Amino acid sequence: MDNLFSLLLLPLISAIVLVFVRSDRAKWVALLLSLINLGLTVPFLLRFDPQAGVQFEQMWVWIERLNVNFHIGLDGISLPLVLLTNGLIPLIIATTDHTRFKGNFYALVLFMQLGLLLVFTALDAFSFYVGWEIALIPIYFICALWGTGDRVATNLKFFIYTFAGSILMLIGILYLYQQTPAGSFEWTAFAGLNLPETTQHWVFWAFFLAFAIKIPILPFHTWQPNTYVQAPAAGTMLLSGIMLKMGVFGLIRWLLPIAPLGVAEYGTLVMTLCVIGIVYASLIAFRQDDAKRLIAYSSIAHVGLISGGVFSLTVDGLQGAMIQMVNHGISVVGLFFVIDLIERRTGSRSLSELGGLASRTPKLAIAFLILVMGAVGLPLTNGFIGEFLLLKGLFGTAGYGLWYAVFGGLTLILGAVYMLRLYQKTMLGELPEQWFSVSDIKSTDVVILGILVVLVVVIGVLPNYLLELSEPAINNLLQQISFRTA
Amino acid sequence: MNELIWIVPLLPLLGFVFIGTLRNYLPQWLVSLVGCGTVLAAFVASVALFSEVYGARMVGGTGEITQELFTWISVSDFQVSFRFLVDPLSAIMLLIVTGIGFLIHLYSTSYMHKDAGFAKFFSYLNLFIFFMLLLVLGSNYLVMFIGWEGVGLCSYLLIGFWYKNTNYAKAAKKAFVMNRIGDLGFLIALFFMIAHFGTLEFAGVLGQAKLMVSGDATLLIITLLLFVAATGKSAQIPLFTWLPDAMAGPTPVSALIHAATMVTAGIYMIARSNIMFTLSPITMQVIAIIGVATAVVAAFIALTQNDIKKVLAYSTVSQLGYMFLGLGVGAFTGAFFHVLTHAFFKALLFLGAGSVIHAMSDEQDMRNMGGLRKALPITFATMLIGTIAIAGIPPFAGFFSKDEILAYAFVENPVFWVLGLGAALMTAFYMFRLLFMTFSGTFRGTDTQKSHLHESPWPMTTALIVLALLSVVGGALNVPEALHGHHWLANFLHPIFADSAAVSVPFSLDHTTEYLLMAASTIAALAMAAVAYTRYAKSSAERSEKSVNDRGILYRLSYHKLYLDEAYELLITKPLSSLAGAFKQADVKLVDGLVNGVGRMFVTAGNGIRHLQTGHVSFYIFMMVLGVAGIMLYGLIAQLIER
Repeated sequence: MDNLFSLLLLPLISAIVLVFVRSDRAKWVALLLSLINLGLTVPFLLRFDPQAGVQFEQMWVWIERLNVNFHIGLDGISLPLVLLTNGLIPLIIATTDHTRFKGNFYALVLFMQLGLLLVFTALDAFSFYVGWEIALIPIYFICALWGTGDRVATNLKFFIYTFAGSILMLIGILYLYQQTPAGSFEWTAFAGLNLPETTQHWVFWAFFLAFAIKIPILPFHTWQPNTYVQAPAAGTMLLSGIMLKMGVFGLIRWLLPIAPLGVAEYGTLVMTLCVIGIVYASLIAFRQDDAKRLIAYSSIAHVGLISGGVFSLTVDGLQGAMIQMVNHGISVVGLFFVIDLIERRTGSRSLSELGGLASRTPKLAIAFLILVMGAVGLPLTNGFIGEFLLLKGLFGTAGYGLWYAVFGGLTLILGAVYMLRLYQKTMLGELPEQWFSVSDIKSTDVVILGILVVLVVVIGVLPNYLLELSEPAINNLLQQISFRTA
Repeated sequence: MNELIWIVPLLPLLGFVFIGTLRNYLPQWLVSLVGCGTVLAAFVASVALFSEVYGARMVGGTGEITQELFTWISVSDFQVSFRFLVDPLSAIMLLIVTGIGFLIHLYSTSYMHKDAGFAKFFSYLNLFIFFMLLLVLGSNYLVMFIGWEGVGLCSYLLIGFWYKNTNYAKAAKKAFVMNRIGDLGFLIALFFMIAHFGTLEFAGVLGQAKLMVSGDATLLIITLLLFVAATGKSAQIPLFTWLPDAMAGPTPVSALIHAATMVTAGIYMIARSNIMFTLSPITMQVIAIIGVATAVVAAFIALTQNDIKKVLAYSTVSQLGYMFLGLGVGAFTGAFFHVLTHAFFKALLFLGAGSVIHAMSDEQDMRNMGGLRKALPITFATMLIGTIAIAGIPPFAGFFSKDEILAYAFVENPVFWVLGLGAALMTAFYMFRLLFMTFSGTFRGTDTQKSHLHESPWPMTTALIVLALLSVVGGALNVPEALHGHHWLANFLHPIFADSAAVSVPFSLDHTTEYLLMAASTIAALAMAAVAYTRYAKSSAERSEKSVNDRGILYRLSYHKLYLDEAYELLITKPLSSLAGAFKQADVKLVDGLVNGVGRMFVTAGNGIRHLQTGHVSFYIFMMVLGVAGIMLYGLIAQLIER
C-alpha cells in the first residue's frame, strides 16, 4: 500500500488509456481514474507521521553513469501539495464540459498530473527537473489547442518565458551537481553543500528566476494574465490552482536550503517586490472589465503574499505559505469555475455587461459569495488562516517587518474592493433583459461548488490538521537555515 | 453552568443553517418561529448566565466564567483557542444582543412579511446574532476579531439585502470596505500584542499591560491601532460616511445592526481593553477629540436631513461620538452606560421610523409626512418617549448616561463639555424636528398613501412598547450619587474597570457644579424642543418647499453633509482609480514591453548574425584568420601590460 510510485504511475497509465477513449464518455473515465488516484492518496495521509521526516521513500538508479536516480518520497512540505494536486485534478476534470473535450484533452490533464506529482515528491534534482518540464508540455498543448483569442502568440510567450527560467535552473542544477563530492543530484547532497557566499549569490538567482517566473512574482508576471485569460477554464484552473505552487514549493524545497546566504542577501529585495506586487496587482485588478483577468491579477496579489511569507523566514510565514497554497488552490479553482459557469450561461465575462444574475442563479450566488469571502480572508474561512499567518510572518520579519505587514495587509482592503466589485457587477443590481432566461446551476456543478465551499469553511474552522502536517518539516528547515547562515 | 456558554451562539447559528438551507421550502410562520425562537432561547440562556455572574458579583467575586472549546490556530508556540468569557461586561452585552435582537426579530416578522426574501432575511439576521455573540463572548482578541469581521459580513449582506438596486449594493460595498480599513488596524494591533505579550487572551494581555508605565510606546501604538479599528466599526471621523448610506438596508437592520449592537462594538472593545487605553494618555486625548468632533459634526448634518432614517443615522453617529468622548475622558462606565441606553432608545426610534415607513407605503421623506399622530398612536407615543430619552431630558434613560459623560468631560476639559453640550442641543432640536415633521401638522403625502395609513400590527407595536419602557426606566441602572443614586451599573462592572480606576485620578465634582451642569443641559434641551415646536409642529406643505439653494451657507453645508462624500471621492477614490489606471497601462506597456523587448532583442540579434552565414568558404577563412590574429594580439598586449 505504501508504494508512492503507484501514485505517479496511475496518472501515466490513465493518460495512455484516455488517448484511446474517443467518445463523450472520456470525461467520466478520466474522472473515475483520477478519483481512484485520490483514493490511493488517502492511506499515505493516514499513515504519515509529521515528525518522521521523509517517508515512503523509493529510489531506482536511472542513469548510472551520471549517478542520476529516480528518487521520490513524502515529507511535511510535499504531502499537502500532493493532496492538493490529487484533490483538485478530479474536481477540475469534473468542471469540464464533456461534450467539448475528448480523450486527448483528459490525457494531457492526467499527464500533467504526473509531472506535478513528480515535482512535489522528487528528492533528486534530476527527477525534479524532469517533472518540472513534464508539467509544462501538457499545459502548453491544453492552452494552445483549446484556448481562445490570440492563443498561439500568448502561449509561445508563456512557454519561452517559463522555459528560459527553467534553463537557468538547469544551469544551477548542473553546477551544483559538479560541486557535490561524489557527483550527485540528490536533494540531501545539494542541501548539504556549503557553498561560498558569492557562489550562493548567483545560484540564488538561477533558481529564483525560474521559480519567480512560474509563481509569478512581480515583475516577472506579464505572461500570466494573458495566458490565464486565453486558456480554457480547466487550463486556467490547472495553471493557477496547482502549477504555480510548483514555484513556491521550489522556493521552499530547493532554494532556501541550497542558497540560504543568497536568501539572506536578497531577501529584503524579494520581500519588497512581493509586497509591491500585492498592492500593484490589486490596484490593476480594480480596473479590469474581464472577470477572468480580474481574478488573474488578484492571483498575482495573493501569491505575492505567499512568496513574501516564504522569504520572511519565520515559522508563521512559511506555515502560512504552506496552508495558503492549499487555500489558494481551492479558492481560485472555485472562482474560475464560477466565472466559467457564468460565461457558459451568458456568453460573457464582461463586468460592464453582466449584473443581477443572483435573482436567476441563487445557488451559484451563494457559492460565489462564500468563495469571495474566502478570497478576501474573512475569519472562519480558509483564506483568513493563511492571510493571518502570512501577515504575522511578514510582521515578524527581521528588519522592515512592520512595513511589510502594513503594505501587505492592504490586501485586506484592496482585496475587498475588487472582489466585492466583481461580485456586485455580476450578481447584484438589475438583471439585464437578455439574461432573463439564464438558469441556475445543476447536479454536478452543485456538487463541485459544494465541495469547494465546504472546504473553504472547514479549513477555516479547523486549520490545525493541515498545519500539523507541515510544522515539523518547516521547523526543521528553518533550523537548518539559521544554522547555515549563522 | 459554563457548559451553557457555547449554546448561546450555537442557537442562532443553527437557526441560520436551518433557515438558510431550507429557505425555499419553509412556510413563513416556521421561519418566524425558528428565527425568533433561537434568539429567544439564546436570550433565556443569557439571562441564566447573567444571573450567575450577578450572583457571583453580589458576594464580591469577579463573576468570570470561561469555557474552552478547542484550539483554533496553532503554529509553534503561538496558540489561539476558541475560548469564551462571560463576565459583567459581556453578560450585559449578551442581554442587549439577544434581548433587543429578539425584539427586532419579532418586529421583522411583520415588517418583512410581504418580502419575497423573508426567509433569507431571517437567516441573515440569525447569522448576525451568531457573529455578534462571538464578538462579545470571545475571551481573546482573535475570537473577538472573528465576530468583528463576521458582523461586517452580515452588515454587508443586509445593507445590500435589496440587491437589485445598484445603489444599495454600492452602499453595502462601501460599508464593507470602510470597515476593512479599520480591520487592518485591528490586525496589526494583534501582531503587536502577540509580539509583546505573547498571547491574545484578554487576561494575559491586560494582566501584563497593567504593569506597564503610563505613556509606554508599545501601548500607544496598540491603542491607536485599536482605535483605528473602532473608527471603522463604530463610524467615527473619518470613517463614518458608510453608516448613513447603510440605511439602504431594511429598517429592522438599521435598528439592530446600525444602532443597537454592531456599531457599539468599538466601544465594547475599548472598554474591554480599558487599562491599555488608560495607560496611553495620548490615545485617550485622540479618542476624546475624535469623539466630540464626530458628535458635533454628525449632529450638525442631522439638523437639515429630510429622510427620516438619515436623521436617525446621523444621530447614531453623533451618539457614538458621545460614547467615544466618554471613553476618552475616562468615563468608561458612562460610555458603556450610554451604549446600553442608546441601544434602547435608538432601536426604539428606528423601529418607530420603520413603523412610520410601513404605514406610509415605503415613504421616507419627512416632507411628505405630517399629522401621523392620529393614525399611529402607539408609534407616536413610543417615539415621543424615545425622543425625550435621546434629547437628554430627565428622568428618561438618555439623561443619565449623557449626563455622566458630560460631567466627566467637564472635569477633564470644559471645552469638551461645551462642545458636548452643543451636540446635545442640536440632538434635541433635530429629534423634535423629526417628531413634529412626522406626527404633527397636516398630512402632506399623496391620497393613496393617506388611505393606507394604519397602525402597525402587534409584533411591531410590542417591540416598540417594550423598548419604550426600557427607555423610560433604563436610566435607573446608574443614577449618580448627586441624585442619591446607588451606581448599580458602576458597582456591577467594577472588576472590569478596577485596574484603570487604580491608576487614574478619581472622578470628583462637587454636587453644586454637577446640579448646575445637569440643569444647563436639561434647560437647553427643553429650549431646543420648544424651538423645534414653533418651527415644525404647525408646518404646512409650503414652508418645506423653500429650495436648499436659497438657504444660508451653514444650512447648505449641513444639507450636503459637509460635502464629505464628494471630498473623499475627489481626494481618495479618484486618485486611487487613476493610479490603478496608470498601473494597468504601465503593466502592459512598460513591464510587459520590457519582456517583449528582451525577446525582440534576441530575434534582432539573430537576424543580424544570420547575415554572417554567407556560405562563402573564403569569407569564413578570412574571419578565422582575423580571429587568430586577434587572439595573438590579445596575448601580446596582455604580456606587455604584465611587464
